[in-house]
Amino acid sequence: MEKIPILRMGPFLLVTIQVDLYDRLALNLEADLIETVHKTGARGVLIDISAVSIVDSFMGRILGNIAGMSRILDAQTVVVGMQPAVAITLIELGLPLKGIHTALNVEKGIEKLRATIPPDDEETDDDYYFQ
Amino acid sequence: MEHYLSDLLRRQKKRLLEQWIQNQLASSDLRDDLMSSDELRAQSEEVIDALTDVLSEKNITNPQSTDFQNLSDLLAGISISRARQGFTPRETGMFVLSLKDTLLDVLQSELADDPVRLHDLTMKISKLIDNFSVSTFETYIKGREDIISRQTSEITDISTPVIQVWDGIVAMPLIGTLDSARTQVVMENLLQAIVETGSSIAILDISGVPTVDTRVAQHLIKTVSATRLMGAECIISGIRPEIAQIVIHLGIDLSNIVTKASLAKALQHAFGMLRLVVRKQDRDLRSA
Repeated sequence: MEKIPILRMGPFLLVTIQVDLYDRLALNLEADLIETVHKTGARGVLIDISAVSIVDSFMGRILGNIAGMSRILDAQTVVVGMQPAVAITLIELGLPLKGIHTALNVEKGIEKLRATIPPDDEETDDDYYFQ
Repeated sequence: MEHYLSDLLRRQKKRLLEQWIQNQLASSDLRDDLMSSDELRAQSEEVIDALTDVLSEKNITNPQSTDFQNLSDLLAGISISRARQGFTPRETGMFVLSLKDTLLDVLQSELADDPVRLHDLTMKISKLIDNFSVSTFETYIKGREDIISRQTSEITDISTPVIQVWDGIVAMPLIGTLDSARTQVVMENLLQAIVETGSSIAILDISGVPTVDTRVAQHLIKTVSATRLMGAECIISGIRPEIAQIVIHLGIDLSNIVTKASLAKALQHAFGMLRLVVRKQDRDLRSA
């Protein structure tokens, strides 16, 4: 059974989707990711979809779900590296992914997460992780 | 009897050609500025050859016959090339129709003593050549349409330039009416440019767009949403007062899009977002 790895980067989680996300895999990712957010108390989730060239409404919904669930657990979601064709498809499908942050690449995504998380929070997190 | 017509044509080929060219040269529609008389002669000769080779009593009533394939192709080629050279439809049509006059003249002189057959052949040839002239028109129009569609695609290509105005800022000035096909190109080019340059701000300048209707606004909103999905911010600039009026009268909601009156204002806003400052150099500093 294929599994999408979830990497921890300090207070953030990084998920790089490099395979075609079929429905079952997407649902598993959703469950895994939320589990990990809960376990690690991560403050941000970065989902890198730069290798994804095809999306459908289901995938759009999964991304929306992940963002919504993470927000309840006090983590912000940033989708990074979306291909132009994917962006156009999502817009044509009428899925503007409200409530999800987006960034051009992982670097800018991390910058964005750092900007949205209050600095004192981040410090305590860093202390916790790097002690 | 069977081969009467084809024999006659082959016998009179030379005369047909000379008379046809004479007719054409004498015609007021002659365009010696577009085509030399040598070229005209070569073209006419080809047509006469193609016609006299195949025309017989059998196929004269059937212009769709495969016998005429060569001739049809030849005429199509001539009319397309004439469309490109700038001949008018009338001149192109007359080229074929003048062949009919010539043919009928020759027939008349040959068959002066057989009015029944003359009448019969005249009618048939008339029909046949009319048919050819109609298809010549068709290909002429097609040639023109090809030119138009090529120009349209060229205009589309050159009308969506992306300019990198600053590190991290791209701008796209839009000029001319926006339709669905064009906005699609606009959207694709803009998003592609964002990826290529890694820009986080895109400015869409619509000062050259003559009018905005609900559909154009819809497209603009879509473009802005798509840029946001990519992780960049999109500013719409160059909104003229009359466009602002139209937008409000149509009840289009642009409230969650950053709009600026001019490209300069948009650039200023973009600098603000990137936390860049433009300021005048100090007098002392410059002299130092």
